[in-house]
Amino acid sequence: MDLYEYQGKQYFARYGIPTSPGGVADTVDEAVAQAEAAGYPVVVKAQVKVGGRGKAGGIKLANDASEVRAHAGAILGMDIKGHVVRRLWVEHASDIAEEYYASFTLDRPAKTHLGMLSREGGVEIEEVAATNPGAIARIHIDPVRGLDLDTARRWADDAGLDEAARGQAAEVLVALYRCYDEGDCDLAEINPLILTVDGRVHALDAKVTLDDNARFRHPEWDEYAATETDDPREKMAREKGLNYIGLSGDVGIIANGAGLAMSTCDVVNQVGGQPANFLDIGGGASADVMSAALEVINADPSVRAIFVNIFGGITRVDEVAKGVIEALGRVELRSPIVLRLDGTNAEEGRALLAPHLTDRLVAEATMLAAARTAVAMAAAAGSHAVTGAGAERDSEERA
Amino acid sequence: MSIFVDETTTVVVQGVSPTSQGLYHGLRNRDYGTKVVAGTNPRRGGEVIEGIPVFSTVADAVEETGATASFISVPPPFAAAAILEAAEAGISFIVCITEGIPAHDEARTYNRLVQEHPGTRLLGPNCPGIISPGKCNIGITSGDIALPGGPVGIVSRSGTLTYQALHELSQQGVGQTTCVGIGGDPVPGTNFIDCLAAFEEDPDTKAIMMIGEIGGSEEERAAEFIAANVTKPVVCYVAGVTAPPGRKMGHAGAIISGSKGTAKAKMEALSAAGAVVAENPTEAGERMVEIVKELG
Repeated sequence: MDLYEYQGKQYFARYGIPTSPGGVADTVDEAVAQAEAAGYPVVVKAQVKVGGRGKAGGIKLANDASEVRAHAGAILGMDIKGHVVRRLWVEHASDIAEEYYASFTLDRPAKTHLGMLSREGGVEIEEVAATNPGAIARIHIDPVRGLDLDTARRWADDAGLDEAARGQAAEVLVALYRCYDEGDCDLAEINPLILTVDGRVHALDAKVTLDDNARFRHPEWDEYAATETDDPREKMAREKGLNYIGLSGDVGIIANGAGLAMSTCDVVNQVGGQPANFLDIGGGASADVMSAALEVINADPSVRAIFVNIFGGITRVDEVAKGVIEALGRVELRSPIVLRLDGTNAEEGRALLAPHLTDRLVAEATMLAAARTAVAMAAAAGSHAVTGAGAERDSEERA
Repeated sequence: MSIFVDETTTVVVQGVSPTSQGLYHGLRNRDYGTKVVAGTNPRRGGEVIEGIPVFSTVADAVEETGATASFISVPPPFAAAAILEAAEAGISFIVCITEGIPAHDEARTYNRLVQEHPGTRLLGPNCPGIISPGKCNIGITSGDIALPGGPVGIVSRSGTLTYQALHELSQQGVGQTTCVGIGGDPVPGTNFIDCLAAFEEDPDTKAIMMIGEIGGSEEERAAEFIAANVTKPVVCYVAGVTAPPGRKMGHAGAIISGSKGTAKAKMEALSAAGAVVAENPTEAGERMVEIVKELG
């Protein structure tokens, strides 16, 4: 889960990482109130989960209430790369002497944590890595031992931060590592980390990605999850506990296991179709989960055929079959289903389904055959749908 | 022969109770012929469940039964501690199928194993387990889709695609020496290279099937290893050609970030390393069957 800047700063504050005084605003009046509280001059910042806000005009300096009104009014509702701005962060503007970069993430090949620190902050770190790789000081941190203040201080020396910043920066780095580690972040990044003209080091931005797997030990994340805005199909699937990603095609996919679900999308693509989604019902999926999955797919108007691809391991095929039968009773499915069932208890599952098979509930023996059938059904339903829509319009016109 | 587990492997199942996943899968493994010699549960030491003697700790189980491997399917909050408990008890091969362990727990646990228990190999977490057909099955793989006798070794990052691979080969009468599911998490205890090296050394394994997916750079690293060290034929399949960048496809590790981790880049690297790269699991099976026939 990616956090908004203001949430990232709130998260930083829990671990003692200094930020500028400020607050959130959803209206122009709230923006003015936050500006008065923070003290002028202030910076008005669009809260969107996408880079390049500044270039898009989503970050503005304001010296008084009328400027806050003008900027807040312009930024609220602004579309930045497809993200509509609904919320602002208003904070006291800093007098910047230097801009640095600091981050922690997992280095997967090394199986340890990677810290990156640079005296060239304020720009994309990928850009620094490409143009001046020597300007990034990297350290690998043993997850067992963690990061201590002495190591952080030597790291700040190596990165060539200004003398005046090194002591404070080391403290911020230790706090940021603690936030990354104890706070279960996949990424904790400060860009820029600034040195002010009066000699203070603090975070001017916050980019935090939380590890969803650690949610069970972070009740404080509930409020972040509540502001997640996404595809309505994905929201519905998440509420049902399903692992779903919306795509743009017309063949609905249900599979068990991420790899098989991905592979199913690929195979549909290879035989000339387009997957409407990725949906992994996971391990140990029950009849309830299967019904929920079919309901989610059924709610997507672009789906014209459904391909259920199950290879039983933990997920028993007879359970899947029961789920399909139960879902057929619960939901009026708009689209035909092609089933391919194999693995644990496959014989029992096929036997359960046999009496229910029709021209809209078809079983195929292999993944490729099932993909071809599903794609053909989607194409056929597509041509019918056009006629259907036309017929509807005609009747409306007559009415 | 086989790699990592065989007919001499004895297994302790951690976290057994009459209703636990551990017991369910442990019994299935035992039905397959795996030597499941013990279970653990801190509150049930001394009980016997379905003929499996239960001990309070893994250390007790090892002392009493001499178990060499452990099987963990406990929920994510308890998995890291269970892995370390097994290692401390002297278990040399740990299979952890638990899905959803926090990445920081995985990273810490992996490094503790390397530093404090170098003699212990962890398989997983978030993997289907391992099967040496006809000898030993630890995990959730359906034993009846595997065929004993070799000559193919399988290593896969994905659970259900592992079953798919077994199925494709077994249906054509091509057996397997060992099939290892390494799991799709960011910090796997055992990786492609560990398995490729073991299969290369195993005299009964004549060819290797490797199944990867988007995310990370393990397939690219495996490609380098294949080019430099593997003399046996390798057939690969990589899932996720149609995956959009920046979205996690189920496995915590399955995500394309920027230009890195795409299926296409992985397939190209493997192809350049001399591996046969198939477009889908069925084709991978067919190509492997051809190779095995040519080997005679």
